[in-house]
This record gives sequence, C-alpha cells and structure tokens, in this order.
Amino acid sequence: MSDNSHKIPQTKPRYSATFDEYTNSEIRRAAATGIYDIRGAGSKRKLPHFDDLLFLGASVSRYPLEGYREKCGTDVVLGTRFAKKPIHLKTPVTIAGMSFGSLSGPAKESLGRGATAAGTSTTTGDGGMTQEERGHSTTLVYQYLPSRYGMNPDDLRKADAIELVIGQGAKPGGGGMLLGQKITARVAKMRCLPEGIDQRSSCRHPDWTGPDDLEIKIAELREITDWEKPIYVKIGATRPYFDVALAVKAGADVIVLDGMQGGTAATQEVFIEHVGIPILAAIRPAVKALQDLGVYRNGKDSVQLIVSGGIRNGADVAKAIALGADAVAIGTAALIALGDNDPHLEEEYQKLGTTAGAYDDWHEGKDPAGITTQDPELMKRVDPIKAGHRLANYIAVMTMEAQVVARACGKSHLHNLEPEDLVALTIEASAMAQVPLAGTSWIPGVSKF
Amino acid sequence: METLKFDLDTKPLREVNQFLHGDASSLNGKKVVIENPNGAHNVAVGLKAEVDVTIKGHAGYYAAGMNQIAKVTIEGSAGSGVAENMMSGVVHVKGFASNAAGATANGGLLIIDGDAGLRTGIAMKGVDIVVGGSVGSFSAFMAQAGNFVILGDAGEGLGDSIYEAKLFVRGKVKSLGADCEEKTMNAEDKQILADLLKKSGHADVSPDSFKQYGSARTLYHFHVDNAGAY
Amino acid sequence: MCGIVGLLVRNPKLRDSIGELMMPMLIGMTERGPDSAGMAMFTAPVAADARKFSLYSGATDFNWTKLGHDFEKHLSIKAKIEPKENHAVLTTTLEPATVKMWLKEHYPQLHLLSVGQLMDIYKDVGTPQQVADRYDFKNFKGTHLVGHTRMATESAVTPAHAHPFTAGEDWCLVHNGSLSNANSLRRKLQKEGIEFETDNDTEAACRFLQWRMREGDDLKTALNHGFEELDGFYTLLMGTSTELALVRDPYGCKPAIIAEHDDYVAIASEFRSLAHLPDIKNAKVFEPSPKEMYVWKL
Repeated sequence: MSDNSHKIPQTKPRYSATFDEYTNSEIRRAAATGIYDIRGAGSKRKLPHFDDLLFLGASVSRYPLEGYREKCGTDVVLGTRFAKKPIHLKTPVTIAGMSFGSLSGPAKESLGRGATAAGTSTTTGDGGMTQEERGHSTTLVYQYLPSRYGMNPDDLRKADAIELVIGQGAKPGGGGMLLGQKITARVAKMRCLPEGIDQRSSCRHPDWTGPDDLEIKIAELREITDWEKPIYVKIGATRPYFDVALAVKAGADVIVLDGMQGGTAATQEVFIEHVGIPILAAIRPAVKALQDLGVYRNGKDSVQLIVSGGIRNGADVAKAIALGADAVAIGTAALIALGDNDPHLEEEYQKLGTTAGAYDDWHEGKDPAGITTQDPELMKRVDPIKAGHRLANYIAVMTMEAQVVARACGKSHLHNLEPEDLVALTIEASAMAQVPLAGTSWIPGVSKF
Repeated sequence: METLKFDLDTKPLREVNQFLHGDASSLNGKKVVIENPNGAHNVAVGLKAEVDVTIKGHAGYYAAGMNQIAKVTIEGSAGSGVAENMMSGVVHVKGFASNAAGATANGGLLIIDGDAGLRTGIAMKGVDIVVGGSVGSFSAFMAQAGNFVILGDAGEGLGDSIYEAKLFVRGKVKSLGADCEEKTMNAEDKQILADLLKKSGHADVSPDSFKQYGSARTLYHFHVDNAGAY
Repeated sequence: MCGIVGLLVRNPKLRDSIGELMMPMLIGMTERGPDSAGMAMFTAPVAADARKFSLYSGATDFNWTKLGHDFEKHLSIKAKIEPKENHAVLTTTLEPATVKMWLKEHYPQLHLLSVGQLMDIYKDVGTPQQVADRYDFKNFKGTHLVGHTRMATESAVTPAHAHPFTAGEDWCLVHNGSLSNANSLRRKLQKEGIEFETDNDTEAACRFLQWRMREGDDLKTALNHGFEELDGFYTLLMGTSTELALVRDPYGCKPAIIAEHDDYVAIASEFRSLAHLPDIKNAKVFEPSPKEMYVWKL
C-alpha cells in the first residue's frame, strides 16, 4: 500500500465545452487584430434542419406510384399574381442570387449554363448583371438591392423577373462587404467605386422605409417594366409571419425566404451564427401568412414561396415543398457542384491555412477553385462548360430524388406533398416544422405566430 | 415641336407611362405635358427617349425614376426618391423635393429649385445634383461619384462615409459625417461648379462663395483605429 | 405602417363640411393602410359640466337604448346615447371615474375609446372606405380631426389596435412608423401604474406621453423626452381640444406633408391626400423637418 502511495490518481485534463478550441482561437485572433472575423458561407453550427424530418411512405393505407414509369410532375410557375409574363421552370430547384464580384465571371457563366440545361433560373447579385450570365441564362432573375451597385434600368428590362432584396438569411438586417482584394478594375467600374477599396454595402434601401413605401417601390418597378415581370421579394428569416404578410400586402408576386444556413459572400461571423432563424423554423409561419391572406395556392391570385438556406439534396427539396414551399433556391450547394472546396485542391487549401470542406474566406479572393475570386489566373481554373454540366447533373439528381420520395408518398406532382406526409425525429424539429414527433400524434407548442 | 397632353384625372398612369416607354423614334423631340398629377407616384418613370416631359403640379414618390436621356420638369414639389437611379438626361424640380432625391443616380443632372429633404444624393454614383435651397440631414451618405451643389445649408452628417463624390456648399453645414472633410477647391473643381451653376439657372452665383467637401479616405480600408467611425 | 391625415379648419364657414373635405384625404391613404382605419373628430363642446364617452361594442346588434336606460336608472342621472353602428357616444355630467366603473361592472364587453368634451373617436377594421361609410365620416361637422389608416406590422388587426389612441381627455395620437423598444417601454410604464389595452407599439408611444404629462411635462417637454426614449422611427400626429401637433423622428424616416392655407391646415403622409382641397394651389405646401415640433391652433 505504501509502495503505491506516490501514485495519487489524477483526473484527466478536461477542455471546457464553453471555451472550446475554436472559441479560444477566436479570442486570440480578436485580441491580436482588433477586428471581428469576416468570412463567407452560412451558419456552420449544428442547427435543427430537414435531416430531423422523415417522410411517411405509402404502405397499406396509401398507394405509391411506380418509379420511372408513372408520372410525377416537377414543373413550377412563379409570378402569377400581377405579372404579364410569369416564369415557367421545369424543376423547383433554382439558383440563388450571388454577385459577380463575389464570384468570378466564369463561375457566373457556369451557373447560367447549368441552370439553363436543367430548365431552371439563375439570379444576379449585388454589382449588376454581366454578359456572362445574361448570355448563358435562359431565365435570369435580376436582384434589386439596397446598395444598387451596378443597377441599370436597361438590365432591369432585360431580366425575366426582378428580386427586390430586403435581406438574406446569413445576415438579416445587415449589409454586405467586399474587401479590396476583390474590387478589381472591372468590379470597381460596375459599382462606381475606387479600385481596391474595402466596399461596404448598405443594410437598407436608400429610398423607402417600411412596407407602406415598399408598395410604391414595387409599383415603380412594375411601371418601368410595363407590368410584365414577376416581382420577387427576398427576406432573411427572422419574423417570417409578419414579414411575408407585409411583403404580400406591398404587392409581391413571389416571396423568397432565406434561412440562417444561407450563404453570403462575406460578413461578420457573429452575424452569420447569431442573427436569424433556421429555414426549418421559418417555412410554416410564412405559409400561414400566405394562407391568412388568401394567396396560398389560390389560382391566379397565388403568391409563390421559394425557400433557401441549407438545401443539399432531393430530400431537402421534397421536405421544403411538403412544408409548403413552391420552389427552393441553392447557393452554397451550387458552388460545391461547380468545384468549390474540392478535396483535389487540398494542398492549396492547406497553404491558405484551411482544409478542403472548411474554406470560407471567400472575401479574400484567393479561392483555389477559381470561384469566389477575381484573380485572373485563378478564375481560369473554372471551365464554364464542364462546371455548368456538373451543376446541371446535380440539379437533375436533386429533382429525381425529390420525385422518388414524392412517388413513394403516392404523389403525381411534387406540389402535392403536404406537411402530413412528414414526421419529426426530434422535439425541436417537431415544434419548428409543426409535424408530429415520429410514432406519436404530438406536436409541441401552440401554432401562434 | 409637337405637344401631347395627358390628364391624370382621366387617363390611367399606366397608360401614360407605357406611351412614354414607346419607340424612341416616335418619341424623340416630342413634348409631353402631364396635367393633374396631384401627388401621383411613379410619374414618368423609366423613360429612355429624347422626350421633354412637363408635370404640371406636385408629384409623388419616384417621379422620373431611372430616367435615361429624357428631360422631365416638375412644376411643383416631388415626393421621395425623385430621379432615383437616373442614368442620364435632366430632371428639374421647380418646388421642393422630399427625402432621398437623386438616390443612387448614375448620371444626368438633377436640379431642385427649392429645398431638398433628408438623404439627398444618398449613394449617388455619378449624377450631378444642384439644390437651390437647403438639404436635410445625412445627405450624400456613401456618395460614390458625381458632383453635388447646395446653394443653401446642409443638415447633420453631410457626406458620411463618402467615396469620390464632390460636394459644394454655399451655406452652413450643421455637421460633417464620418470621413468627410473640407477640401481646397482647385481650378478644375471650380470649373465643374461654375458649369453646374450655369446649367441650373444660377449663373449669377459666384463659385468663390462655396466651400468644397470630399472624402478624407480614412475609411477606404478597415483599420482598428477607425473602428469608432463605422 | 400607415397613412396619417389631419385637418384643422380655420374658416368657420367650412366647418360644416369638414367630413367631406376629409374623405378623399383618408381614402387617399388606402394603400399605406388597408387593414383598419380610425378618426378622432373634434366638434363643438358639450355643456361645461358634461363629457362625451366614445364606446365600441364590436357587434352591430348591441342594444344601446337599453344601455342608456340602465345608466339613467342605476345612477339616477340623465344621459344621452347616440348610436352609430357598433359605436355610440354617451353624454353625461357624471364624472368619468364613476362612468368607467359602471361600464366595467355592467357592460364589460364594451370598449371605451375616448373621453372628452369635444372629441369622438371611431375606429374599426376594414378598408378606409368601409370604415368611413360605416360611421358616416362624410357628414362629420367640427373644427379639426386626426385620422389614420393602418397596415399592421407585428400586432394584430383588431379595432382596439386601430388608431387613434388616447392619453387623456380630448387628446389623441396617431402614428406612422415602428418603434423598436415598445415592449420595454410598456414594461417600464406599467411599473409607473400606466394601464395598457393592447400590445401595439403606438400605444406605447401614446402612454409614454401620457405618463410624461402626468408627471407635469407640457407636450413639448414630453416630446423632447420622447426623442430620448422612443427608439425606432415615427411620425406622430396629435390632436387636443384646440390644436393639432406633429413631430417626426430625428431620421425623418416616415413621410409627412403639410398644406397651410388661410382657411385650413391639412397634414397627410403624401400629397395625393391633399390635392383635392379647395384652393390648394395657394396653400403653403411644405415638408416638416425631423425632430421639430409643429403646432397649429384653432
């Protein structure tokens, strides 16, 4: 006994769950630099998401459709309410707004080519419309943003739809940022800025405040384009019931609702991770607002809902539609399809102090994949034909996956999926999506918005 | 010159705007008079031909918004966002203008004979603006390019976060915004000012009675010592 | 968000047609506020010892005559009841505290909209045209008025959430904008013993002024305190027995336009609500500056 007395049992070193390695590294970085962390992409933490939902396939009580043979429609029409020329898409998977400036010209062209091949739309971003994307996109949505960088009435008239951007899921209530490295001569000229400066974008529109003014702004856009084009209103998810209701009252044809998983070219990390709500929690209140106003799937008077923020596969598409969306938009996923964060570039990601799959310093313009950059050498790495083809493949797979699920639920069109086809794996998801916990008929919480 | 009259009491605005969006060949050189605007919004927006439009009275929001090439005269006051995002041409407000006049405008000339409201010239991107009276607070906020002449006074926070726009003020400036500073007017600037005064009906006003303001360029690149100004 | 209108008639000859003059003003604000509408109307005062109580029943089949009889019988005092759809104006010399207590006890379903010698308030859900027709706004006669059309932002669309709000006898307020600290303001004021009827942010602004004036501020001082404590944006239009007052937040976010004429002063969110007024061409039309208080007296 006395022989072992010098060996007092030691407890193991223990890391704090609160002060974990990532947190401590950020404290040290902040202490050294005096500036908040800026990065691209969307929220990276674990959030309640579509993975926490499951479909109830047909069995005895319901009858499934035969895969590959029996038709399951995927087409969608957007902008029926006031526009003379609504948008017709073959798939409900659309490409979200991403700017030329944050993305390279070849990347924008790839998005246009891929979307066109897949029968869907792509969207401009802050900084205006480029020939690359207009030329290669059959259906192009033109974003009308607070900063109005590159905003030009000729381009407005060239667009197939106009998306009035109020906010995005990564940073509702905040503006954008494009650091000097990406303000090249071409980007600077399009935005009327001095070359190489750190550009700040406004968080709100300069010439209207509130939904009562927004109604007049939407009317102006309609007057200028002779009431032809659908007007989308894009909202970052925070108070979706009120925001959707007000956008509808202000005259929107289509609502684009972006959850906090939605990406951004660059903003403060604190914004990305701490402002806004996950898309899972946003869809039902948004649909409720449309229902309360009588514009939900109500013939010509319908206002369509596009949701985005962390859509990755056909299951996500089907779940979003079952919860009430008419279509989805993909951003981050589309960039990955083009070749972003690809493991074959691992060596180069290592040189940037990161690793393939985690690279998010999109604002620095050093993207080895040539996508989130304005570096003329790097951007040559994107072959728009090949990258566009990969994107088209990916959208086709998502669409087919959604059909697989829909057929299993006995639906001849994706739009016939409904919340009752879903159950939740967790109490959180059950409360947020308002579908019962699997195996029960229990939905926590009261549906009050 | 052929003159066409539209009465907004009897003719829907949409029809008037659609007429004004017609073929440039049929509109060029025409004179159009719009009567009884009575504060209607979005009058004469999105014009893109060499047409001369007179609005006989007060206009609402976004009058002559996104103007290209056309000349639009408002014989009254204008609501928020007059000539917003104008690309070229001339917009002349004979009365006063409300908030955000000339917001994000890229080109052309905006003349306001009376006072202008808050945030005049916000995010202007190359337009020339001449205000005969005074402008409200936060004018020329994030002004990127172009020239802005104010014959009266300016409110609080003039030129906050300004980029390369040039501001000329004859009266008092209540306060300058972050990164906006007084500049020494050189011969080239004086010429710009003199030309704008002449074009906007103020040829009798001496450029020497103005002070010039512009960007101190300290916010062009983030620096921790300037964090308080963000 | 909303539309606001105000009209103060200086020329006594026009006071019988104030309702007619006002109607296009209110209807002109329909797009800004399609959900509900309201109007505070200042008429000739009732007898010096009497007061008017604007009541709202929520149901058109409410038996107002019975209420009048009950009131007179229980309290042994004369009362005049003037029903208009689901509203009625009760006039009596009984002091307000007793009237309120009696109403609470015998007619708890009724909503007391205002108390005063000159002011009647009508407000309800519906488009401005529907509300105006329901209460015959067109035939109002009086000296001045404050009107509102509402596009609800975060609180419900109910008659109680409609504007104007009152904060004392012959005192009302309407608002265009949205406050970002209304909830903490409400909690603070509740501690001061101020009672709330709704979760509307406008009511928070109204009760804040009520509290300041209870503490001895005049309106101007109360509004100066408001600049410090009300966060968010607002254009406020207020009515008292003898005046209209207007103030905009320091950022001037929400619009307002004024027409001053020898015969009248008219205020609206947009000029299109003023265009029809008589001889408007000769009125002085201007935009009020932010953070400045404008007052027009009869």
